[in-house]
Amino acid sequence: MHIGVFVCHCGSNISGTVDCPQTAKAAGEFPDVVYSTDEMYTCSEPGQESIIRAIKEHNLDGVVVASCSPRMHEATFRRTVERAGLNPYMFEMANIREHVSWVGRDKALNTRKAIDLIGMAVAKLRNGTPLFSERFNVTRKLMVIGGGVAGIQAALDAADSGIEVVLVERETTIGGKMAKLDKTFPTIDCSSCVLGPKMVEVAQHPKITLYAASEVDNVSGYVGNFTVQVRKRAVYVDWDACTGCGLCTEKCPSRKTPDPFNELIATTTAINIPFPQAIPKKATINPDYCLQLTKGKCGVCAKVCPVGCIDFEQQDKIEEVQVGAIVVATGYDLFDYSVYKQYGAGKLPDVITSLQYERLLNASGPTGGHVLRPSDGAEPKHVVFIQCVGSRDKSKGRAYCSSFCCMYTAKQAILTKSHLPDSQSYVFYMDIRSPGKGYDEFTRRTQELYGAQYIRGRVSSIHQHGSSLVVRGADTLAGMQVEIKADLVVLAVGIEPSRNSQKLAATLHISADTDGFFMEGHPKLKPVETNTAGVFLAGCCQGPRDIPTSVSMGSAAAAKAMVLFSNEQLESDPQVATVNATRCVGCYKCVKTCPFGAILESEDRWKNPKAEVLPTICKGCGICSVTCPHGAIQLNHFTDNQLLAEVNAICPLPTI
Amino acid sequence: MNNTVIAYYPGCSGKGSSAEYDLSTRTVLRHLGVDALEVENWSCCGSSPAHAVDHVLSAALSGRNLARVRSMGHDLVTTPCPSCLSNLKNAAHAVRDDDVRAKVNSLLDEECPTDVEAISTLQFFLEQVGLDTIQEAVVNPMPTLRVVCYYGCLTTRPPKLMCFDDPENPMSMDNILECCGIEVIPFPLKVDCCGAAFGMPRNDISSRLSGNILNMASELEADAVVVACPLCQMNLDLRQNQVNKACGTHHQMPIFYFTQLMGLSMGLSKKNLGLSKLAVNPEPCLARAGVR
Ligand SMILES: Cc1cc2nc3c(=O)[nH]c(=O)nc-3n(C[C@H](O)[C@H](O)[C@H](O)COP(=O)(O)OP(=O)(O)OC[C@H]3O[C@@H](n4cnc5c(N)ncnc54)[C@H](O)[C@@H]3O)c2cc1C
Ligand code: SF4
Ligand code: SF4
Repeated sequence: MHIGVFVCHCGSNISGTVDCPQTAKAAGEFPDVVYSTDEMYTCSEPGQESIIRAIKEHNLDGVVVASCSPRMHEATFRRTVERAGLNPYMFEMANIREHVSWVGRDKALNTRKAIDLIGMAVAKLRNGTPLFSERFNVTRKLMVIGGGVAGIQAALDAADSGIEVVLVERETTIGGKMAKLDKTFPTIDCSSCVLGPKMVEVAQHPKITLYAASEVDNVSGYVGNFTVQVRKRAVYVDWDACTGCGLCTEKCPSRKTPDPFNELIATTTAINIPFPQAIPKKATINPDYCLQLTKGKCGVCAKVCPVGCIDFEQQDKIEEVQVGAIVVATGYDLFDYSVYKQYGAGKLPDVITSLQYERLLNASGPTGGHVLRPSDGAEPKHVVFIQCVGSRDKSKGRAYCSSFCCMYTAKQAILTKSHLPDSQSYVFYMDIRSPGKGYDEFTRRTQELYGAQYIRGRVSSIHQHGSSLVVRGADTLAGMQVEIKADLVVLAVGIEPSRNSQKLAATLHISADTDGFFMEGHPKLKPVETNTAGVFLAGCCQGPRDIPTSVSMGSAAAAKAMVLFSNEQLESDPQVATVNATRCVGCYKCVKTCPFGAILESEDRWKNPKAEVLPTICKGCGICSVTCPHGAIQLNHFTDNQLLAEVNAICPLPTI
Repeated sequence: MNNTVIAYYPGCSGKGSSAEYDLSTRTVLRHLGVDALEVENWSCCGSSPAHAVDHVLSAALSGRNLARVRSMGHDLVTTPCPSCLSNLKNAAHAVRDDDVRAKVNSLLDEECPTDVEAISTLQFFLEQVGLDTIQEAVVNPMPTLRVVCYYGCLTTRPPKLMCFDDPENPMSMDNILECCGIEVIPFPLKVDCCGAAFGMPRNDISSRLSGNILNMASELEADAVVVACPLCQMNLDLRQNQVNKACGTHHQMPIFYFTQLMGLSMGLSKKNLGLSKLAVNPEPCLARAGVR
């Protein structure tokens, strides 16, 4: 073999603590290495050209670049050697930046380690073989899971570019949290005036199919060709026939049904349409509160429905959908603040969550937009807001900042003043985090123009005192304790990933961070990708973010899907497991161990049991190859021979 | 719960200022079939002064008592006093460290054990006797007696040491007394400070803080306050006149130990519950509640 080694300085990133010329010289001594050199920036245009030149001049059939992490530039250099006519898999990278220069200070030791790593890469390359991708067709259809503002944006952008979109929403209407909000910061424009038209567009778009009251049960397949099982929950109404006239909801006698759209501060009827602008505008029966379904007598809705669409026998339905890519936009839920016993543990009626307060402020909310407190329906005069409830509190397992509560609290203080001019708002905060465009000006306006009194400190307890609430806390700027008699307390409750996110992550084979938010491909360079090809993220499912950023992510995720769909065909990754049929004894241990179900129990021509890998499903994790007792199943590009050669290269057998 | 024997550490106040707590605790335990065996030859737990001076000394004082419990063949000791409990628990925790244990043992004749656990009698009632057994023993429910439960600062805190009930909204006493057929009103100040040991050096502070508790209790129209701590009881009961004077109030609020009300609901005699030892006369309130 003729191997060329290129040692990169990475400016001073590597050469600062590694002697690159000496490393290159030493690399020249490894077996089969016929050419070695060092370069200032190997990834630059001249750097890549010098690789191509060297391949031609020295007739190289394998290349090692010692530079940064393969996550950074492996793809770049594979393309470079391919341009020079080599198989892209006859290339190895030795990471002497993240693994050497950035983590060690001693130049002599670093240089030795860099040389060792190159030795390993050369040994692996000498045992490598060219690999070839296969091409396969792409299903040009996108699934968006979650119909909040992020998912809506992704669906509309993709559909506008001509892509078929399937939008799956768990609730009976799309809109997510934004549909519940009154006005939005920092412009105080009406939330439903901004979101409403977009929701209507979803309903009317010829390229969008909406599955509301539906969830994803199972996903199989791979980028370009996913098969998704969608469970359409029984809603006990034939939605194809329902016109959304609402007659049923007027007549339903079960009026004490909890109303999740109003965050449980109001009740609704067992058959209901969550709000007048709901999309789809269809009635749904809550089976836990329907008298017909619980007690077997009533059926009033069926009698009054002019189109006869009530169906008490309806069952869940599973539909299978083929798509090429998936955008996950499942958003968030509020943290359950009842663990804060000192804030009344959810038992004080006039201590409410921020989202409940949005419903009280909202003209289409249960109080028609009049701020009336839950206990006695009185107008509050003194309103206390408490920030960071379930955020930035390690004792509750929530170390992270929920990012938008400072801003919406300021907004709610402004709205309180406009609804109740005689009122006084107090905001307990830890820090004010308002880094967006126009945001800091906004929180200042809240204080300076709207007279909200900001108190820096935590609240230690809230208790009922007659008809008011006594809020006790610290004012850490004044260095004293404060006690405020409040009529209403609004908790800026932190957020957490939407319920059942963990299960969805497992279904989609994507990972979640320690707080449960879905993990992006790279924190800076791949914010909307995941580590599973063809699955993208948008909005709060990836971490707390406000509406502008959620919308940007929705568009970005749609753009990523469009890039994917701009290819008629995709190339498969050849770094997958393969079975050596002569060694396989058909024990199927690998079948059981593969987390992706990529291995089949198959047989050969003579009906002997043999394992068979489905290369499109295999993710190249390598679990099967360590399981196989016969070494029959090998991961391409990471074969036992290659890995052992690397080990031998740094731990040479002692010569006796 | 027949014939259970537990090691029992009364603490110094149990022999003096809170003799009625000690008495009523033993009476009720016995009634429920629990033999409270006083720790043989027990000594001071260190109280507040010891740990203010020297942590090793404090651990040794309580450690000695843990050693006494071990020598009786027990690995669990209960005490009615939250302050003793705090010291016993602290010592048990501190001697898990090898260095501290060596220092503590160098001060003691008997080695301090590492496997003796201390819990409050309140916790014992709740977790080992159980609400069902308590409820079965009730013969004299007092549905017209409205009380608030006041836990003070130590019963559940520091939470990682006490490992009992909720530190911000404890419910153990509330639940026990409800089982006894007594009306328990939710009390917002249940873990506030009563002034603790400030009763002596800064009477003004202690009076104000205890005053808050009494004011809140009477605003909620409680007939009595129920406590589980000798110091809380003293601040609220014995000093009630001082508080009244300092705050310009006229409270006549009986301050019971929870064990006294348990005993009354089980029909035990007032004498064996030490009711006459309370400073604020509980009789009018008990008469209203129909207790003879
Ligand atoms: C009180 C309050 C006030 C706020 N005010 C403002 C403001 O003024 N300005 C601003 O910019 N931001 C504001 N925000 C933040 C704003 O709500 C979020 O930025 C925005 O809603 C995020 O949108 P999303 O689509 O990512 O998530 P969501 O709105 O949570 O939408 C997620 C959607 O996915 C659905 N879903 C979840 N799981 C599944 C599943 N497994 N399958 C199918 N569907 C699923 C949900 O039902 C929901 O419809 C506020 C937040 C709160 C709590
Ligand atoms: S955004 Fe503000 S209120 Fe919300 S968690 Fe962060 S710091 Fe706390
Ligand atoms: S584990 Fe190995 S031997 Fe067993 S079926 Fe799989 S490939 Fe064949």
